[in-house]
Amino acid sequence: MNSIISLSVLGVLVLFLGILKKKTWLLPLILVGLLASLVMSVLHWNMNRSLFHNMLIIDNSGVAFSSVLIFSTFLIFMFAAQYYRKVVRPLDDIYAIMIFALVGAVLMSYFGNLIMLFIGIETLSIALYVLAGSHKEAITSNEATLKYFLLGSFLSGFLLFGIALIYGSSGSFDLYAIHSYVAEHAGAGLPPMFKAGLFLLIIGLLFKIAIAPFHFWAPDVYEGTPTLLTAFMATVVKTASVFAMYRFFSITFFGIHGVWEMTIAVLAAITIVIGNLTGLYQPNLKRMLAYSSISHSGYMMLAMVAFSGRTANALLFYSISYSIATIAAFAILILVREAMGNDYFGSFNGIAKKNRIEAFTLAVAMLSLTGIPPLAGFIGKYFLFAAAIEQGWLWLVIVAIAGSAVSVGYYFKPIIAMYFREDNGIVLQVGRPFRISILFLTILTILLGFLPFLLSGLI
Amino acid sequence: MLTFTLIFLPLLAATGLFFVKEEKWARNLAFAMALVEFGISIAALVQYFLYCHCHLLFRLDWLASYGISLKFGIDGLSMLMVLLTTFLVPIIIYTTFGQKINRPASFYSLIFLMQAGLMGVFTAFDGMVFYIFWELALIPAYFIAAFWGGKDRIRITFKFFAYTFSGSLLMLVAIIFLYFRTPLPHSFDHIWLYASNLKPDEQIWVFLAFFIAFAIKVPIFPFHTWQPDTYVTAPYPGSMLLGGLMSKMGLFGMIRWMIPITFSVLNTTNGLFIILPVTGIVYASLIAIRQDDLKRLIAYSSIAHLGLVAAGIMVLNAQAMQGAMIQMISHGINIVGLFIIIQYIEARTKTTSISELGGIAIKAPRLAAFFMIILLGSIALPLTNGFVGEFLILLGMFKYNMVFAAVAGLTIIFSALYMLWMYQRVMLGNTNAVTEQVSDLSWKEMIPLIAIVIMVLWIGIFPGMFMKMAENGVGQVIGIIR
Repeated sequence: MNSIISLSVLGVLVLFLGILKKKTWLLPLILVGLLASLVMSVLHWNMNRSLFHNMLIIDNSGVAFSSVLIFSTFLIFMFAAQYYRKVVRPLDDIYAIMIFALVGAVLMSYFGNLIMLFIGIETLSIALYVLAGSHKEAITSNEATLKYFLLGSFLSGFLLFGIALIYGSSGSFDLYAIHSYVAEHAGAGLPPMFKAGLFLLIIGLLFKIAIAPFHFWAPDVYEGTPTLLTAFMATVVKTASVFAMYRFFSITFFGIHGVWEMTIAVLAAITIVIGNLTGLYQPNLKRMLAYSSISHSGYMMLAMVAFSGRTANALLFYSISYSIATIAAFAILILVREAMGNDYFGSFNGIAKKNRIEAFTLAVAMLSLTGIPPLAGFIGKYFLFAAAIEQGWLWLVIVAIAGSAVSVGYYFKPIIAMYFREDNGIVLQVGRPFRISILFLTILTILLGFLPFLLSGLI
Repeated sequence: MLTFTLIFLPLLAATGLFFVKEEKWARNLAFAMALVEFGISIAALVQYFLYCHCHLLFRLDWLASYGISLKFGIDGLSMLMVLLTTFLVPIIIYTTFGQKINRPASFYSLIFLMQAGLMGVFTAFDGMVFYIFWELALIPAYFIAAFWGGKDRIRITFKFFAYTFSGSLLMLVAIIFLYFRTPLPHSFDHIWLYASNLKPDEQIWVFLAFFIAFAIKVPIFPFHTWQPDTYVTAPYPGSMLLGGLMSKMGLFGMIRWMIPITFSVLNTTNGLFIILPVTGIVYASLIAIRQDDLKRLIAYSSIAHLGLVAAGIMVLNAQAMQGAMIQMISHGINIVGLFIIIQYIEARTKTTSISELGGIAIKAPRLAAFFMIILLGSIALPLTNGFVGEFLILLGMFKYNMVFAAVAGLTIIFSALYMLWMYQRVMLGNTNAVTEQVSDLSWKEMIPLIAIVIMVLWIGIFPGMFMKMAENGVGQVIGIIR
């Protein structure tokens, strides 16, 4: 709760600083504010309270995920100075909107009521529509925001309609009330109205997570959005949406076989196949990362069908490993785009020669996303796959592992370009805080691979 | 503790070398570290023989709630492989002296990273840890071959990586699946995995997953297509690491994991799977005869020799398996020796094409002598190391099935044919324009070859110590099968 308040206050403060034209204070304030919110968020550990008549439930899984969200945002802001260093105007609006989006994401990890879920998603989404178009002069950015807005608001309608139907049949927005309704009707079968509502709600959520066949917006939007904000979308927004979905399912269907399990499993398999196969044919790193994020959404769907005591923690570990690797990849992408003007794989040729740390960072990020031990990405995948096999989803895990094998085909493109191709002689301009941040991400990826027990028994 | 040091020291060396700037320092440090590692493995050997042949166990909880622990130990099988690795790595590093290597610190660092992976693979007693080290060994091998490799290296090495990685993912599925078939509470510990309770049809799938993963690594026909190109394109130290050590990972994995867990599949399929390596022996030998490139010839001969080893493992009797262990060691030593010789020849003549060479023996008698001894080891002449292993394997196979043994026995005839014919064309005859200026080996160049020749003769003449280790390790595996 404190973290939600402090984040909201932080967003307003940032806007005030913008009015006062204190451009140099912006980022330090944001970073300090985010750290403070992170600390407050972590202090909620073991609090187990519910607020405002179960509107928000502060439980450990919510605390863990909201801390990850704040932490990821913090990391992304570490790269903001470099990304926007040629922009003269104060960026208080963009920063403030990012922080407001984060507030939405944090609400989504604490919700105990479907209304709260909707408020969280809308706070997040509306902020994102603006952020996607924040590079006003670029036509791609305008395209991105228009596509995202049209589809997103349409699908929000699905979400809301679904919530209404669930309310209509169960008589409550409260997750626990819905759970007792589901438990009551589990034997005789759920009424069609509830099923229809569930179906629409799931579609709304799947769109946000970019699960096939609702993924078509993702590559275009990711490509058009300013790169720093793409990193935000691919990590914070994705983690928040996946966890919101997990939270909804794990509470309302606690101990009951969900009617939706097979549907989600099939969609996850399709997503993994489409994401990985299409990823092979992308000409540039940014689009490739878009497809990588689609296929990783597919892997994360394994958590939705495989509930057990440890699934939430598996999802947490996976989100962390995915987020740090993706943020690291986007950080290097920002550098290369700045130096070369584009991010085709050819632009990465031979950069390992003169930019060892940067190349190493991207290589570790790619290997981690592929799921190669002993990096964090492997442990994350292992946790999810083990949870799925435990619940009898062997075929889904085989699809997922085949997908990982295919993903080598695109994750290795930047590695091959950086290390094995002829040098094109660029030297990336890197500031010290930037370099420290990417080193931190790399070390974290390696460390979590070697010491996974640090995060394996949390929730 | 020794076991832990054996794994940890290369990791430490790999990290440390990453920061060394100067070339001379990097290579000296690398060589020193490799020798220290060899020393530690000798200490482990002494301890192994002093204390009742028991495991030098090292165990540390890692992911206890997921049943994974860092359990390492050294039994007879591990001891042999550890000795082979720690013996070959300093030799491989030594052969890089005096060569111009681009980015030496990274190069040596990757070699040590690979050594750490190999050490982990050979000593792991936990299925998941085995898998993790298995992949850890692959990444540096790929980078060594792709960064320092020759013509068309990007395509070839990527094929190598994609091929082996896909195979190991199959193994990962099998290991996780086995985990859920172990008695409650599940564990990846090898004893638990051995005790996993599988239905017959599940057994076949698990077997296939393991078999394909290991067959790609060895490689066994028909999963060998990545291998000749990769051996040719990789730099010499890379080829030595791949041929001498990495191929043994697959064979070792068969003995340690595949056989104890799914041996009944081999019993019920009546040698169906042995047909593959046996076919490979004949197929690769026939191709080897027609090769004009020295490295490629060695690559195909390696498929043939290792096919025999794989067949020896899969006939499931003590003699053949023991022979397979010895032959793994011998093959590792011989192939590294042959690659060193080829490297010397290429350094002098700038070619590895057999048809362009000839008459080197006149100009370089020492080189010719070393080449001959290692070559005889490779074609299994009695009193050399190759004979001990291959003889035992064939003996064991005869007990299993006469036809298989007869066909597999062709390997000895074939390898004598292509190896000696190659030797004749390269070393004997008159010199030509290319080989006219060849100089003989200097003392410095002879040091690694002397070490290898000592091992060729030692294992060939006094195999007792090695046999004892193999017997001890194989005995446990056979005990499980019975």
